[in-house]
Amino acid sequence: MTEEIIIAGFGGQGVLSMGKILAYSGVMQDKEVSWMPSYGPEMRGGTANVSVIISDERISSPIINQFDTAIILNQQSLDKFENAVKPGGMLLYDPNGITHHPTRKDINIYQIAATDKAAEIGIAKLFNMIVLGGFLKYKPIVTDEFIHKGLQKSLPERHHKLIPENERAIKIGMEIVKPYHTL
Amino acid sequence: MAKELKLMKGNEAIAHAMIASGTDGYFGYPITPQSEVMETLMAEKPWETTGMTVLQAESEMASINMVYGGAATGKKVATSSSSPGISLMQEGLTYLAGAEIPCLIVNVMRGGPGLGTIQPSQSDYFQSVKGGGHGDYQLYTLAPASVQEMYDFVFDAWDIAFKYRNPVLILSDGAIGQCMEKLYTRDYMPRWTEEERRKNAPWGTWGKPATRGHNIITSLELDSAKQEVFNHKLQAKYREMEAKEVRYETLNCEDADYIIVAYGSSARISMKAMQMAREKGIKVGLFRLITLFPFPTQQLKAVAQKVKGILTVEMSAGQMIQDVKLATECKLPVEHFGRFGGIIPTPTEVLEALETKIIK
Repeated sequence: MTEEIIIAGFGGQGVLSMGKILAYSGVMQDKEVSWMPSYGPEMRGGTANVSVIISDERISSPIINQFDTAIILNQQSLDKFENAVKPGGMLLYDPNGITHHPTRKDINIYQIAATDKAAEIGIAKLFNMIVLGGFLKYKPIVTDEFIHKGLQKSLPERHHKLIPENERAIKIGMEIVKPYHTL
Repeated sequence: MAKELKLMKGNEAIAHAMIASGTDGYFGYPITPQSEVMETLMAEKPWETTGMTVLQAESEMASINMVYGGAATGKKVATSSSSPGISLMQEGLTYLAGAEIPCLIVNVMRGGPGLGTIQPSQSDYFQSVKGGGHGDYQLYTLAPASVQEMYDFVFDAWDIAFKYRNPVLILSDGAIGQCMEKLYTRDYMPRWTEEERRKNAPWGTWGKPATRGHNIITSLELDSAKQEVFNHKLQAKYREMEAKEVRYETLNCEDADYIIVAYGSSARISMKAMQMAREKGIKVGLFRLITLFPFPTQQLKAVAQKVKGILTVEMSAGQMIQDVKLATECKLPVEHFGRFGGIIPTPTEVLEALETKIIK
């Protein structure tokens, strides 16, 4: 099993930390992992993205340009990465602020209204965990047990009391994600 | 930190390795994309645990000269920076080589020339292995291609530096520095005791006992005859490194029709391109350089005898390719592919370059 993922959105949406939690969960589940961010001026208000690879085998390149899954959180990222999804792959996106929706017919596309849901129930900070839940529903590459361990490892100890809330947000994500176009 | 499995950035791994390998001092000045090295050291506060000194100097020139001063006493002293900062250190580096001072320098390369960009690059190959400063000198140069190697090579660097009384350069780039991967840390090696230091660095300026003359650390010799003798000694040391300390990795070279030669993050990208080529039925191998000096000349020459062509991949306009051509004596086609200015090539681009430039 090798899953090559791009997570892309605005800086501040928790793109990098979502990737880190996913990667750490993979480490806990004894997988090979890599986490390769775009860094630099992009981090300060512009777009942010991170490539995460989780695999049973030695990872060749942490730098990749074709993905099994694209998790897309804004229009610019959708424009940039829609065509980078491998045929048969998965595109998960939050329709908030999207005016040009994805058009590909050779991939599975799912929508997750995470921005609206997070605002509705007052957990804006856990927006990224809702999105992660949407991903894990269709690609359960790491199990609940190891997501829990991944959260423990990647969050500083003073935030460990927030782990149940993070896990609840993941569950909510699994509930609200819905198919947009599937093969 | 004891032996443990972690997930961390390459830059963080360098810092943790410095602490765990018994490094006595670090002097540095922040610059993207390697600032996490000093940030991690400051956060870890090793002065409270191992007694390691960590100091932010006022500039890169100050950092490298603090390294000179500290390392002249036989202590394990390191610095790190990125390309523009390393350029500022070149005077210090040639003095360190000339005074035969073991020390560790880490360059997490970014795109140039000048201030260039903060994104990854590998365009400091010439500067690193062809003498960035003046005079005939060499830095033992290691090119890590993973977070694990960023960590492990710090330990290896101290062995080589003290064995040969020579500065060691870890030449990395922003991609490996910023990338997070699994890392197995090691048990702490305690810092040398005063006694161990005197034994391991008998040449150091740690105080003159009555039993011997002065230990003098200098790179100045006004008598040219003596300076030539000294230069011969340096050259003999470099030849010994070439004979004994070459490191490289081959993947799928046994049955390869074509090989890619690369180091650092380009080697990782090329590994993926190699896999893609193999899926298409093209027999491609990877020759990964681990030491850039000493260059694995003989080993590459042997592998090249069995292949039809070589593609070098480097995030530069083509620097390492010169040494590949020298090693293979221009007996087969050798072409370069690179992106530069901070652009990282994709595995697809590497495969396309292989198909258009080499396989045709």
